[in-house]
Amino acid sequence: MKELTAFHDAANCKTPEQLNISKKIIGYMCSYVPEELIHAAGFHPMRLFSSKSDIVLAENHLQAYCCSPVRGVLENSLSGRLDFLSGAVFPHTCDSIQRLSDIWRMNNRYEFFWDVVWPAKLNTQSALTYMKDVLIKFRQDLENACGTSISDETLHDSILTYNTIRKKLSRIYELNAQNPGILNACDLLAIVKGTMIMDRDTAAMLLNTIVDQLEKKQPPDKPVKRIIIAGGICDSPDVYTIIEAAGGCVVADDLCTGQRWFKELTDETTDPISALVKRYSQRLPCPAKHNGLTKRGDHLVQLCQTHKADGIVFMLLKFCDPHGFDYPYLKETLDKHHIKSILCELDDQQQNSGQLSTRIETFIHMI
Amino acid sequence: MSDDQKNNLKIKSAKKMRDLMTTYYLEALTARQNNKKIAWITSGGPVEPLLAMDIIPVYPENHAAMIGASKMGEDLCVKAENMGYSSDLCSYARADISCAVVKGGPLGGLPEPDMLICCNNICGTVLKWYEVQARYYNVPLFILDTPVCHTGYSPAIAKYVETQLGEYIAFLEKICKAPFDYDKMQQVGDLSYDAQMLWQKILETAAHKPSPMSAFDAFFFLALIVTLRGTRIAVDFYQELLEEMTQRINQGIGVVPDEQHRLLWDNLPIWPKLKWLSDKFSSHNACLVADTYTSAWCGTIKYVDKSQFLKSIAEAYTRIYLNIGVDQMADQVMDMIDFYDAKGLIMHSNRSCKPYSFGQMDIMNIVSKKKGIPVLMIEADMVDPRSFSTSQIETRIDAFMEMIKQRS
Ligand code: SF4
Ligand code: SF4
Repeated sequence: MKELTAFHDAANCKTPEQLNISKKIIGYMCSYVPEELIHAAGFHPMRLFSSKSDIVLAENHLQAYCCSPVRGVLENSLSGRLDFLSGAVFPHTCDSIQRLSDIWRMNNRYEFFWDVVWPAKLNTQSALTYMKDVLIKFRQDLENACGTSISDETLHDSILTYNTIRKKLSRIYELNAQNPGILNACDLLAIVKGTMIMDRDTAAMLLNTIVDQLEKKQPPDKPVKRIIIAGGICDSPDVYTIIEAAGGCVVADDLCTGQRWFKELTDETTDPISALVKRYSQRLPCPAKHNGLTKRGDHLVQLCQTHKADGIVFMLLKFCDPHGFDYPYLKETLDKHHIKSILCELDDQQQNSGQLSTRIETFIHMI
Repeated sequence: MSDDQKNNLKIKSAKKMRDLMTTYYLEALTARQNNKKIAWITSGGPVEPLLAMDIIPVYPENHAAMIGASKMGEDLCVKAENMGYSSDLCSYARADISCAVVKGGPLGGLPEPDMLICCNNICGTVLKWYEVQARYYNVPLFILDTPVCHTGYSPAIAKYVETQLGEYIAFLEKICKAPFDYDKMQQVGDLSYDAQMLWQKILETAAHKPSPMSAFDAFFFLALIVTLRGTRIAVDFYQELLEEMTQRINQGIGVVPDEQHRLLWDNLPIWPKLKWLSDKFSSHNACLVADTYTSAWCGTIKYVDKSQFLKSIAEAYTRIYLNIGVDQMADQVMDMIDFYDAKGLIMHSNRSCKPYSFGQMDIMNIVSKKKGIPVLMIEADMVDPRSFSTSQIETRIDAFMEMIKQRS
C-alpha cells in the first residue's frame, strides 16, 4: 500500500518541510492535549518523541533517573532539532512532565508556551467544571496567539476531522484484530505514530483509503498468538517486530501512543467545549489521572476478553512512576482472570536488546 | 571538648519531643479501642478539618521517615519490589505499601485507616500510592486536587480547590455520620496558624551566628508540625522550643562547635544517614543552617487568614513549595541564602522524589550565577540506603568543603 509510505515518513521524523507542513507547529507529548483546539486555531499539533540520540545537553537539566521520553524530548529541543516549533503545550500529567514544563519554559526557545493544567481526578463535578475553565482559558490563549477568534463552527470542524481520524484508526485496529496479519506490525505502529505527526487533514484522507483497501484484503492463512501491548509510550518498532517474528500479532493495546489516544470520539451534537470536556474526562484513563480505583484493570480484562487475547505484554518505560505504581495491581487483576502477561522494562535510548527478544519469544511460545 | 560542653550543645527539648511523638503514636495505635476514627493523610494535606471532627490523623510519610531513620528501609523497599513495585518508585511509598502487608517497621505497622485523604500538592506519587492503599484496605479515598501553580494561582484554581474543601467536609460528615463542627474548626485553625508561626520563628533563629540549631535539628523537630499542627500540644511545645532557641542565642551557644561555614540544604533529608552527615559537616565546622524542606510547613502562612481559615487554606495548601514553578523555587532558595547568609548550597538529588529533584539543576545554575556561591549535588535517596555511596559522597563533601574554606 503506497499510502503507508507517508505514515512511515512521518513516524521516522522527517522534517516539516519534507512532510509538507506549512502551518505553525505546536509540539506536545501527551495524549491529554486537546488537539482539536490547536487545530482549530490554525496551528499544527505535533506529538514529540525522543529521537533516541545521546543525552548531552539535557544532562545539565535532568538527572539520569528521569524517564527517557522526557529527557529525550528536552535533548531534541536544546540541541535545536525542534527549531521548527512555534511553541509547545504541556498538560499536567506526571511529575516528570510537570517539571519538564518548567524547564522548557525557563529555557524559552519558542514563540509560544502553554500549560494546560488539567485536574488530576476526572470523576467529580467540580473537576469537570474546572476542566471546562481550563479549556476556555486555553481557547483564549490560542486566540491571542493566532490573532483571530476560534468560532464554534471552526472548532466543530476540527472535531469532525479528529473524529474521522479516530474512527478510521479504530477501524484499522478492528480489521487487524479480526484478520490478524493483514497489516504487518511495523505498519500498524507507523500508522498511529505517523498520524500524530503529519498534517491531520491529510492523515484523515489517507486513513480512509487504507481502511478501504484493508476491507478487501485477505488475511494470511497462518495461526497467530493474539497479543495486547499495555503501558505508556511504546515507540519501538523492534518490539512490534519481535512479537510478529515470534508468531504473535498485536490485536489491541492500552497505550497512550495507541488506543488510549484515539479510541473515544467527541460528541458532535453538543457545544464543542462541553463535548471536549466530556471526551477528555471519559476517555480511557492514563494512570497519571484518577478515575476510580479499578477502571484500568477492568478495561484491560475486557479488552482481553473481547479480543480473545492470548496474552499481554507490558512495555513499561524505566523511571515511569504512574505506570510503575499501577503494574502490580494490573498484574494481579489479570492473574485472577487467568490472563497471561509478561513485564518488559525498556528505555527509549537502548532499544532492542537480545534479552528483550528472548523474553518476548519465550512468552509467546509458552502461551 | 568535655562531656559537659557537649551536653551544653544539645537541644534540651529533644527528649520532650520524643515523648510527645510516642504518646501520639500510642494514641493512634489504640484509637480503635477508644472508638475513634483514623484517617491516613499525606504530609501536605489539610489536616485541620480532621481534628475538628475528632479524627486521628496518621501520616504514612512521617512513618516512612521513621522507617528510614531506624534503618529498616532497605528491607521494606525490597519487600515492595518483590510485590512488583519497581525500585525506581518513591521509597516512602514502597516502604509504606509493603509495611501495610507485612506489618513491619518500628511500630509493627500503622493502625489501619478508616479513610484516606490524599492531597496531591506534593506530587503525583501520592495519588497512585493512596489508590494502592484504598484498594488494599477497601476504605473511602478523598482526593484534594491542587493544580500545579507553574506561574501563578488562577481564579479557576481557586474556585476548584475551594469547592473541594466543601466536598472534603461533606465527605467527613458522611463518614462520621455527624455534622461538621465549625466552632471547633475555628479553634483548630487558630492553633494551626499559631503553630506554623512558631515553627517559622524557630527556623528563623538559625539566622543568628552562631546558629542555635541546624537543619538536622529541624528535620527532627519537624514531626510535630506535620502530625500535630492544629493541636494545643504543638503550640505549647514549639513555644518552649522557641524559648530554648532564644536562650541559646542569648548565651551564644551554637549547635556546631566553632561554626565557621553556613550552608543551605535542599530536598528531603537522607534519613538513614542523618547522623553520619551531621558529624561530617560538623567536622568541617560547617552548619547546615536551613533547608527548603522543613520550611514548607510554614512557607505559605502568608496566604492564611485566621478569620476565614477554611477558605484561605485553599490558596495556602495549593501554593506550597513543591507545587510551584522551578523559577519560583529558585527565588525562594535565593531568599533563604540571603536571609541565613549561607555560603554554599547542598542539593540532595533524591532518586525517590522526582518533583523535588527535577529542576534542581536549573536552580543550581541560577544560584551559582546570581549568588556566586558553590553548589554541591549529591545523589542519594531519603530512605533506601542502597542509593548512598558513602565513600564517594564523603570525598565529594570533603572536596566541596575545601573549596568553601578557600573562599572564606
Ligand atoms: S508518564 Fe511515565 S513515561 Fe510518560 S513522561 Fe511521565 S514518567 Fe515519563
Ligand atoms: S518523597 Fe516526593 S514523591 Fe515521595 S511522597 Fe514525598 S513528595 Fe511524593
